[in-house]
Amino acid sequence: MTSDNFSSDNRSINGNGANNLSRFLPPLPVFILQPLLNHIVKTVARRHPELFARLGDSCKKRYLIDPYNLPIFLLLQPDPDHPQLRIYNRGRNVPYDVFISGTFKTLLRMIDGQTDSDALFFNRQLKVTGNSEAVVALRNALDNMDATLAQDVASCFGPLSKPVRLLIDRIIKPGKTTL
Amino acid sequence: MTQLFKPELVCPAGTPASLRTAVEAGADAVYCGFQGPTNARNFPGLNFTRDEMITAVDWAHQRGAKVLSAINSFPTAGRTQIWKDAIDDAVSIGVDAAIIADIGMADYMHKSHPDHRMHLSVQAGASSPEAINFYCERFDIKRVVLPRILTVAEIKKVHDEIPCEIEAFVFGNIGMMAEGRCALTNYVTGLSTNMDGVCSPANFVNYEEDENLNLTTRLGEFAIDCISCNENAGYPTICKGRYNTVHKQEYYAFEEPISLNLTALLPDLMKAGVTALKIEGRQRSRAYVRSVVSEFRGAVDAYSEGKYPDISNLLALTEGQKETQGAFRSKTWR
Amino acid sequence: MTNQISPILTLGPVLYNWPAETWRDFYLKIADEAAVEKVYLGEVICSKRAPLFDPHLEQVVTRLENGGKEVIFSTLSETTSNIDRKLMKKIAASEGFNIEANDVSALWHIKGRPHTIGPHMNAYNEESMKFFTTNGATNICLPPEMPAVGMKNLGKLAGEIGVDLEVQVYGRIGLALSARCYHARTWDRTKDSCKFICDIDCDGMDLHTLEGKPFLTINGIQTQSYTCLNLINELDEIIACGVTGLRISPHSTGTLETIEAFDGVLNKKLSAEEAAVKLEASRINAPFSNGFYYQKPGFEWISNGSHD
Repeated sequence: MTSDNFSSDNRSINGNGANNLSRFLPPLPVFILQPLLNHIVKTVARRHPELFARLGDSCKKRYLIDPYNLPIFLLLQPDPDHPQLRIYNRGRNVPYDVFISGTFKTLLRMIDGQTDSDALFFNRQLKVTGNSEAVVALRNALDNMDATLAQDVASCFGPLSKPVRLLIDRIIKPGKTTL
Repeated sequence: MTQLFKPELVCPAGTPASLRTAVEAGADAVYCGFQGPTNARNFPGLNFTRDEMITAVDWAHQRGAKVLSAINSFPTAGRTQIWKDAIDDAVSIGVDAAIIADIGMADYMHKSHPDHRMHLSVQAGASSPEAINFYCERFDIKRVVLPRILTVAEIKKVHDEIPCEIEAFVFGNIGMMAEGRCALTNYVTGLSTNMDGVCSPANFVNYEEDENLNLTTRLGEFAIDCISCNENAGYPTICKGRYNTVHKQEYYAFEEPISLNLTALLPDLMKAGVTALKIEGRQRSRAYVRSVVSEFRGAVDAYSEGKYPDISNLLALTEGQKETQGAFRSKTWR
Repeated sequence: MTNQISPILTLGPVLYNWPAETWRDFYLKIADEAAVEKVYLGEVICSKRAPLFDPHLEQVVTRLENGGKEVIFSTLSETTSNIDRKLMKKIAASEGFNIEANDVSALWHIKGRPHTIGPHMNAYNEESMKFFTTNGATNICLPPEMPAVGMKNLGKLAGEIGVDLEVQVYGRIGLALSARCYHARTWDRTKDSCKFICDIDCDGMDLHTLEGKPFLTINGIQTQSYTCLNLINELDEIIACGVTGLRISPHSTGTLETIEAFDGVLNKKLSAEEAAVKLEASRINAPFSNGFYYQKPGFEWISNGSHD
């Protein structure tokens, strides 16, 4: 039996379904963020080799992360040899295996270990389609990290890491925020 | 309210980080499994390597917490060696007890490691004093994890008739089928809950959302539920799905997506002679483990000191955000 | 001891709540006409149903024995309530009868006397088989989800340690047990207030997905396959594994014809293909399946016998 009977190897999305203001905005010059994302993903990969052991075969999958209240997508490929995190404007056609969607705040709380992703899924704050095995593997691998992913991301900002961490804390604080 | 015997709080850990979180949140004991089919939560990215188990046991023991190793699935003929190795390794690593389900593996452990503590897994489905007594007599079982199908009154009766300790589930996912006796997943996917340690394996689960945000949950080629946009979701298991019969349509034929929550019954369970209270959820995140374990730590401590704790905070973590006392309160559940 | 016994057909217990007279007449016909050597008798699913058949039990047992059948009394498959425990004790503790244990509590009452291990007992591997045999089992019926590879390994051992091996070859497959009665639930009742509503479905109640696809079958606390297991094409292979008991699980229609078809193949009067045609004509209104045998989803039908 193959383990991929129900995977969605060539799904893609162009964001036309995004039901918010952001779709009417002009595309952002997101390419300026790309070097920073490269730095983040490489740093995390270097610091957490155990992450990939837990991911197993799922490290070859493409995770499309959709903070649906922002005008961008992120595409993560957690391949230990060639880890990638790319940013795209909504409207681009991006092929993926796994699609994870939630507000930016929800997604950030999740990678900061602040909230239980099963609970987010149960109350429909988190939407997941595509290869469910890859989702579960990523969730479990991230959950075993001692420092949270959000902390690692903050630390990638060098001298700005403290303000970035404070910003993250502001965003994920319970209660209403614009994000 | 008078003081009560303080039961052991047994908490889940799917990863080493979860184990540390559980202990820090107040777990007296943590249960966890090796990677692979030897445990009933054989999910991608979950469970412990041998090295991780060694480190985790040391770490927990330094902090006075126990580690219980779940070896609670059923080896198919021809591959018992994988399970025997798991038992041998658990013993040599020094886990405080192995939790065994298969009668052949219980026999193996009893013969090869007669002095090591063995618990009978809920997967063994020992639901009556007679069944439990048989296991105790033959394999010197020290503790039985009771199936989630007994009322508190029945638990009390079981306690009075058996020689071993009782561990009872108090919180978490509640499967509707008798543990260790369900082949529904295998019927749909070709992977067995008993033999492969998987229930609704993720690579067979598919969610499809239509334009009206209705979410169809599919296991293999069978649609097991369709959740409308304003409804909460649950685990994608066959026993929590909605179906049709000639007599009734679109109903939860087995059970709703609901979680077990026995916080209110804790004093009754403690009085019934339960030695250990078990929290389900090795597949859940550290955030879940942290909240549930600390809530229960507080509740158990308060009850044992004769106080009435606030137990209202756990609802958000439950599946479908609905909770039940399941079979425990009364027979009408059946 | 080597395994030279020629394979026999056995009839599993009636799993549904048939009217008592229908139940009686079914067994009287089996006694007189069916080529099965062993008949399992007794209520396996629900302790509340058991008394319904008691008035006819003696007549049925006598007739079956006169018909040359070996009668084995099957215990309940799950014991929770006091009624369950009493019924379990009544059956399993009876001396001088053949007992099929379907729950570990039966072994407590049997106390090492010779007995049969039923399909609900999770005999998955060599160590379990050795334990059960040492404890007095003379016959072990494997769980229905056991794949061919497991049968092969156990068949070899069964011959060596002198225990008979049995597998279900026909009929709906028992997939799960519960403490809750799903027939009662469908009718907004509980197990205690069920008024025996399960008696309206003589082969269980079909459960369909919301998309209208037939999926499972409800039989009180038991969940069964919608499909009907049929291992007629695999019979030679199963026997070659060392399996000596071939169990047919009864349905409200076609059971005698089913037995005839299997008997025809065993006695070389019919080819598997001829038997398959007969089974096709007499089956209940559900498709055949054999997936578990091939380590595939249990509902599937593998027609080319390929173990890929």
